[in-house]
Amino acid sequence: MTQHSRRRLLFGGAAVGAGVLLAGCTSNEQATPTEAQTKAAEGGGNAEPGKQVTIGFSAPAADHGWIAAITNNAKAQAAAYSDVEFKTVEAGADAAAQRAALSTLISQKPDVIVLLPHDGKELNSFGLEAMQAGIPVVNLDRAFPDAKAYRLQIKGDNYGMGVSAATFIVEQLKAKGVSNPVIAEIAGMDELELTQERTQGFNDTLAQHGFKVANRRAARFTVDSGQQETSQLLQALPKIDAIWNHDDDQGIGVLAAISQANRNEFFMVGGAGSKKAMEDIQADNTVLKATVTYSPSMASSAISLARLIGQERGMSDLVELQVPKEIILASETITKENASNYLKLGF
Amino acid sequence: MSDSPPTTKLPAQSPPVDPAETEVAGHKASAGTARLSWWHGDGGDGARRNLALIGVLLILFVIGAATRSDLYSNPDWVWANMLSILKLASVVGVVTVGMTFVIIGGGIDLSVGAIVALAGVWCTTVATQSFGAAGMIFTAIVVGMAVGLVNGTLIAYGRLVPFIATLAMLVAARGLAAEISDKQTQISQNSTINGIASNSLLGIPLLVYILAAVVIAGWVLLNRTTFGRRTVAVGGNPEAARLAGINVKLHTVLLYVLSGLCCGIAAIMLTAQATSAQAAMANLYELDAIAAVIIGGTLLSGGRGTIVGSLLGVIIFATITNLFAINGLSTEAQNMVKGGIIVAAVLIQQVQFGSLSQFFRRNNRLTTS
Repeated sequence: MTQHSRRRLLFGGAAVGAGVLLAGCTSNEQATPTEAQTKAAEGGGNAEPGKQVTIGFSAPAADHGWIAAITNNAKAQAAAYSDVEFKTVEAGADAAAQRAALSTLISQKPDVIVLLPHDGKELNSFGLEAMQAGIPVVNLDRAFPDAKAYRLQIKGDNYGMGVSAATFIVEQLKAKGVSNPVIAEIAGMDELELTQERTQGFNDTLAQHGFKVANRRAARFTVDSGQQETSQLLQALPKIDAIWNHDDDQGIGVLAAISQANRNEFFMVGGAGSKKAMEDIQADNTVLKATVTYSPSMASSAISLARLIGQERGMSDLVELQVPKEIILASETITKENASNYLKLGF
Repeated sequence: MSDSPPTTKLPAQSPPVDPAETEVAGHKASAGTARLSWWHGDGGDGARRNLALIGVLLILFVIGAATRSDLYSNPDWVWANMLSILKLASVVGVVTVGMTFVIIGGGIDLSVGAIVALAGVWCTTVATQSFGAAGMIFTAIVVGMAVGLVNGTLIAYGRLVPFIATLAMLVAARGLAAEISDKQTQISQNSTINGIASNSLLGIPLLVYILAAVVIAGWVLLNRTTFGRRTVAVGGNPEAARLAGINVKLHTVLLYVLSGLCCGIAAIMLTAQATSAQAAMANLYELDAIAAVIIGGTLLSGGRGTIVGSLLGVIIFATITNLFAINGLSTEAQNMVKGGIIVAAVLIQQVQFGSLSQFFRRNNRLTTS
């Protein structure tokens, strides 16, 4: 028994020591890209402080850099206005949890609600309820099917991303004079509508030029799935001319797989517009030559517009006295030439 | 391929147990069943099953060669492709070795994917990376083992059902990983760590060596040591094992620590492959590992299993992924085929071990003490 207890003591001591050591290893320097992504509240017009507005905000707590940037941007933009009070509620793990959280938000009577729903269809009824209660709803990125469920809808253009990526690839290949190119695609989660729209835009645009995708793998928006799917895609296609990867976050894994396989005969286009991707494009030392945006800066814009809605003001550059009902952001193409302009929008 | 577990006789330290005695000690489980019948009569079966799995691999190879003869006609490509399959299998393979021990020991570990993510995230924080490659490896392994220790303690001493304890850990460990990483992707700046995935020795990737080392260590541990025999005994009949003088609780804890250790090693490998880590990575690895263990011939109810079978299971799944990729087929179809293979493997097991009713009786045993 003494041997046993001594062993146990040793093990216990080691465990405690390791625990103390590890606790020191959790710190991360806080990446705060948010300041650059907010629109400074200066100059004339709409930036002038107006009526005090309370904005309620809800977005899913996902494990993805893009969603994290959405929440950070919204917070930072709200903080930039002296006349905005920002109330955020946790959206929980699914649509039901978000609905529950939002109903507590309604009872606090905010002037405007900005939300990125888990699922636009499932939270449509919440949009209707809030609008009927006289609280304007700003839908961020995941559309409600019912037009009465929102005052403003602001979202990215998934189909347009595919179009932009394909357009860049076609331009490059035509400039190089490649007649029968091998084009590959690394998609995100295939069960999501946004992935299907991106692929549709990509395929449609390629088809207009007589090109098509030779092989396509769907990853899961995670770095490891990006690496694994790409490693297999590279096996399938010994020679490639161009790759479109839907998501820059999983793109870290995609680029890792490409360098591990020592492949560089092709160029790659990314998607979303992460800071890392923009830096890689600017440095021009990987196969990544461009990325098409789907920027989380839309959260900052949503807060600005929610404030204007709350203050019953219009967008100063438009003639109309009220904010429009629908805004779809263009998917822009970032290349080495313009990367420095976009770097501040990277997440 | 002498991978057959020590099934023909009882482990050295456990004397033969009277079935009547276990019946008294046991509870709820079907009374009157000769619970120890599985000890006897299937010697050499593991080897036979492994041969069948190798047969499946050969069939998959032939299908690949037939559908993409243009690629398979190049021997260099075939070799590179086999290495790519092994690299694809390496991370899940290491996790599966730990899972095999846990399942043979009568438990289940649903938290392996979450442990890999947590260990990966923890070892790539800015603070950990400042300690260099050794610090990162140490952190990943200690985190993995610590989580395993919590799992094992909850199960053995807290008397929680393994399914529930590790399910809770799955959720909690991913939550902690998201907290530590602040939901951001953490890029590994360490070239030594990243080199684990990109470097080769004598033409074979380092990842494949790591997989081989873990598999060999696992095989020796299971088949040539007291620890292995105790694992089989604890999983086969915990009450009998206890009566035979085995500290079942402590052994259960050690099994989960072992699984955590494997997850820590896998976390390093996965981080090296992706050159980064995030809370969402290693998604559903628990299911991949359990599926590989099952088609490898390990009984989900414990008491019998083989490391080589599990390894072959992982390689079969990786080969299917590869086969679908080189033919440009969709991931959905691939998942359906994987599901079909799991069902087929279990059905074959049932046929091999006699009637369906016997199969269920065999499953109808205690899984924890």
